[in-house]
Amino acid sequence: MKFDTPATNNPIDRLKVVGKPTDRIDGPRKTTGMAPYAYERHDVVPNQAYGFVLGAGIAKGRVNAMDTAAARRAPGVIAIVSTLDMPRLEKGQTNVAVLFGGPEIDHYHQAIAVVVAETFEQARDAAAMIRVDYARAKGRFDLAAEAAGAPLVGGDSEEGSGAPPEDRVGDFEGAFAAAPVKFDETYTTPDESHAAMEPHASIAAWEGEKLTVWTSNQMIAWGKRDLAKTLGLKPENVRIDSPFVGGGFGGKLFLRADAVLAALGAKAAGRPVKLALTRPLIANNTTHRPATIQRVRLGATRDGKITAIAHESTSGNLKDGKPETAVSQTKLLYAGANRLTAMRLAEMDLPEGNAMRAPGEAPGLMALEVAIDEMAEKLGMDPVEFRILNDTQVDPEHPERPFSQRQLVQCLRMGAERFAWANRNARPGTRREGRWLVGMGVAAGFRNNLLTKSAARVRLDSAGTVTVETDMTDIGTGSYTIIAQTAAEMMGVPLEKVVVKLGDSDFPASAGSGGQWGANNSTAGVYAACVKLREQVAQKLGFNSSEAEFVDGQVRAGNRSAPIAGAAGPDGMVAEDVIEYGDLAKRYQQSTFAGHFVEVGVDAMTGETRVRRMLAVCAAGRILNPKSARSQVIGAMTMGVGAALSEALEVDTRHGFFVNHDLAGYEVPVHADIPHQEVIFLDEVDPVSSPMKAKGVGELGLCGVGAAVANAIHNATGIRVRDYPIALDKLIERLPEPA
Amino acid sequence: MRPFTYERARTPAEAAAAATRTPGAKFIAGGTNLLDLMKLQIEVPTHLIDVNGLGLDKIEATPEGGLRIGALVRNTDLASDERVRRDYGVLSRALLAGASGQLRNKATTAGNLLQRTRCPYFYDTAQPCNKRVPGSGCSAIGGVTRALAVIGSSEACIATHPSDMAVAMRALDATVETVKADGTTRRIPIAEFHRLPGDTPHIETALEAGEFITAVTLPPPLGGRHFYRKVRDRASYAFALVSVAAVVQRDGTGRVALGGVAHKPWRVEAAEAELPRGARPATAAILDGAKPTHDNAFKVKLAERALAAVLVEAKG
Repeated sequence: MKFDTPATNNPIDRLKVVGKPTDRIDGPRKTTGMAPYAYERHDVVPNQAYGFVLGAGIAKGRVNAMDTAAARRAPGVIAIVSTLDMPRLEKGQTNVAVLFGGPEIDHYHQAIAVVVAETFEQARDAAAMIRVDYARAKGRFDLAAEAAGAPLVGGDSEEGSGAPPEDRVGDFEGAFAAAPVKFDETYTTPDESHAAMEPHASIAAWEGEKLTVWTSNQMIAWGKRDLAKTLGLKPENVRIDSPFVGGGFGGKLFLRADAVLAALGAKAAGRPVKLALTRPLIANNTTHRPATIQRVRLGATRDGKITAIAHESTSGNLKDGKPETAVSQTKLLYAGANRLTAMRLAEMDLPEGNAMRAPGEAPGLMALEVAIDEMAEKLGMDPVEFRILNDTQVDPEHPERPFSQRQLVQCLRMGAERFAWANRNARPGTRREGRWLVGMGVAAGFRNNLLTKSAARVRLDSAGTVTVETDMTDIGTGSYTIIAQTAAEMMGVPLEKVVVKLGDSDFPASAGSGGQWGANNSTAGVYAACVKLREQVAQKLGFNSSEAEFVDGQVRAGNRSAPIAGAAGPDGMVAEDVIEYGDLAKRYQQSTFAGHFVEVGVDAMTGETRVRRMLAVCAAGRILNPKSARSQVIGAMTMGVGAALSEALEVDTRHGFFVNHDLAGYEVPVHADIPHQEVIFLDEVDPVSSPMKAKGVGELGLCGVGAAVANAIHNATGIRVRDYPIALDKLIERLPEPA
Repeated sequence: MRPFTYERARTPAEAAAAATRTPGAKFIAGGTNLLDLMKLQIEVPTHLIDVNGLGLDKIEATPEGGLRIGALVRNTDLASDERVRRDYGVLSRALLAGASGQLRNKATTAGNLLQRTRCPYFYDTAQPCNKRVPGSGCSAIGGVTRALAVIGSSEACIATHPSDMAVAMRALDATVETVKADGTTRRIPIAEFHRLPGDTPHIETALEAGEFITAVTLPPPLGGRHFYRKVRDRASYAFALVSVAAVVQRDGTGRVALGGVAHKPWRVEAAEAELPRGARPATAAILDGAKPTHDNAFKVKLAERALAAVLVEAKG
């Protein structure tokens, strides 16, 4: 189905099933432990051996020699494959770092061996017996040191917003110089880890030339393509299956070493192999969100109109890596005639930087939305009003392109009302409750809505059961449920009559889970397949498909009705289609918006910040399931608190690695850190986005939160910290002296 | 994890004897720290002596009016004991500030004293560490040191001791009771139990080879108001950046021990004379001679302010 004109009325608009806060259909399986994750799939193939991955102990250089003799003799060991056993493997299309092979080491904990043994403990024990002789080389590990010479580089993060290296509209320098009120500050954000609960894990089995990998991956089609490419296999000989994913956040968008080494280990062992990356490997072996250094300049009239806006970001990555697109929202969020955005990329030797939830916008808004707060303060304006004054309903770089929907102003107004923003004291550091300095902060949330084609197959059987098959993934987001709701709505059957099968590369290729595009695109693909199935059903039952109504398990037109099940026949009926998009995304700017409001308390003595209240008001098209959407947003808000207050991969700039490579050292928020969170979805349908009229929320919920926390800390204390995370050591020297 | 043999000890002296005769043996109680370290091959015992069945899980009154806490009393049970909560509030609070409910249910009193540092370089076996491999060097010095020691460190090691419980016990002047293989017992004041790193950071306590902790005794109650203020980067389940264990009397005198600043719970008795004058002079005296790094210099200020917060509360 080609979607190239805005959607008109369609069966989804009935909203009998779609739009309801339905419980997850996979919830009972998950809460009873019956939803197996990759490492737990003991039944998919017999005789599974265990693999253990050894990571390099240097960040840059080469492996001169590896002594595996003792490990090979260790009890239970079946096979060892070392990086010296083969040349560098080819890189997948979405990979920057080479995943295995050859003596060269490009980053710390690069995989250099897999040990296969009868038990996990034996494999781990034997891996520790491998002696590695390294030749260390000098590396570039300090972004601040490398930033000065970094060239302008454009690019996108594969799942984020694209951007040229430099974008100019009007005359930024001239307008900035002439602006009566100027602002110019630099912010830094650290490297961050996705830190999903489920580690990267895979089970691999060979049958001749055919390889099956049961894994944990967000993007099945990418994974299949890149696994075939990396191992030099024909794509038709590769199957990957990932029906349940225990958190991804972008860390499982791409093929990673677990799948490759399970496959290589299984080949060498002549047996299926299962393995998981250990927690310490996840920080340095897989991808992370790269650190940024961001400069924001704003020029405004005295009455608060932005006349000049510039956002420049520098990040680092391995050779051939891409920049963090931290400036992308600045192209679209605020009006202003003279504009400059630019990205610089330093080539470095830290592990691969790549997409993490809301790549670009998440760190970009942590700078921009603090800058906006600072400018509002400079202008003596309320930060909510300053944002509203500079709203734009068109793409500021291309004014001929309107936003398909843009309710940022409404988000901010409603949020301000519901959060009692009027009670905020604009003078910072003035509200004290016992030991706490209390403050409120606001930030705009912004994330683009991305369209990408998505296919599905729908089956109808003689019992009236509708089965959906698509390689879409559910990474904890609720895909199973919204897909079931879509099929139930389209086919006029109750939710219990819908079966959803996901994550298998033998199924039609979907949009996958990334860039908050999963919900809208994957359900639109299911919509397309259901339209086809409806036509087949109508035809079979003798209805004119344009008049037929599908409701309560019946097809109806005029006075006649017939059970849908009757159309299936003994062999069932099947339809497959793909949603593909025309140029609507070119003609309209499609984005999602939020107003994030945060209240914090900062301990006046110790500088500990504790979040007290949070509110997100979101405008993101039709909300397919308010319950699972809310879960997405509160999870994202939680991640935003982590980014603001505690999350940072700490770089040892001498040896080139992330030192705090476990969940004790990399501190994500715990329950005690997260207070009452409220989420409001504005009533919105976006007929330009898809027949579902939906957009994404999973990243929007994160975008802006860090800045809102930072702004609240400033309001509480009067201290402006421009280097994240805002841990107490950055406040303590500037807090008021104890009485 | 290397393969190891295992036995269950029947008496404390037998446990000590088994540990003495088997090189590379370790006691295991709750295992909340040891098992993690074994999985990473930071600890590689050849033999484990399970001491869980020794019956050392009681808290009893001593003739002097204090408490004798069995080595195997779980952290949860110790924290919730009525006498501890009433008379040794600093200890109960310190325990509850540590770890998680699940860990506290398993972790024991002696095991808590013996837990090892959380220095990230100690945990990465590809990095040199004098504590893990004596003589290999310290990779933390000059590296990422925000969480590490500001005082009492050496050229060989700047690790901290991670325990909360031990900081409170240091403030209370607890005594560690042990038994050796030959059945002889000793009482080690907690002040002398943990060592500074010096040139031998791998030797962390005064225990001799095979010596087994049977109990920790607390002297009679001190009265006063008890505080344990733990400052950390998130609200729960994190090690202290700085912690303050304090017992403050009505007249402003008292005791204070700091956690998160040194290789052992840090207390300077002589400095406590400064307490009535306030947090600044007291902290200056307690942390006199501190040699923080660029990244952890904030801990000195933080200790002072955390103590100031405690003293404000003590007055209130």
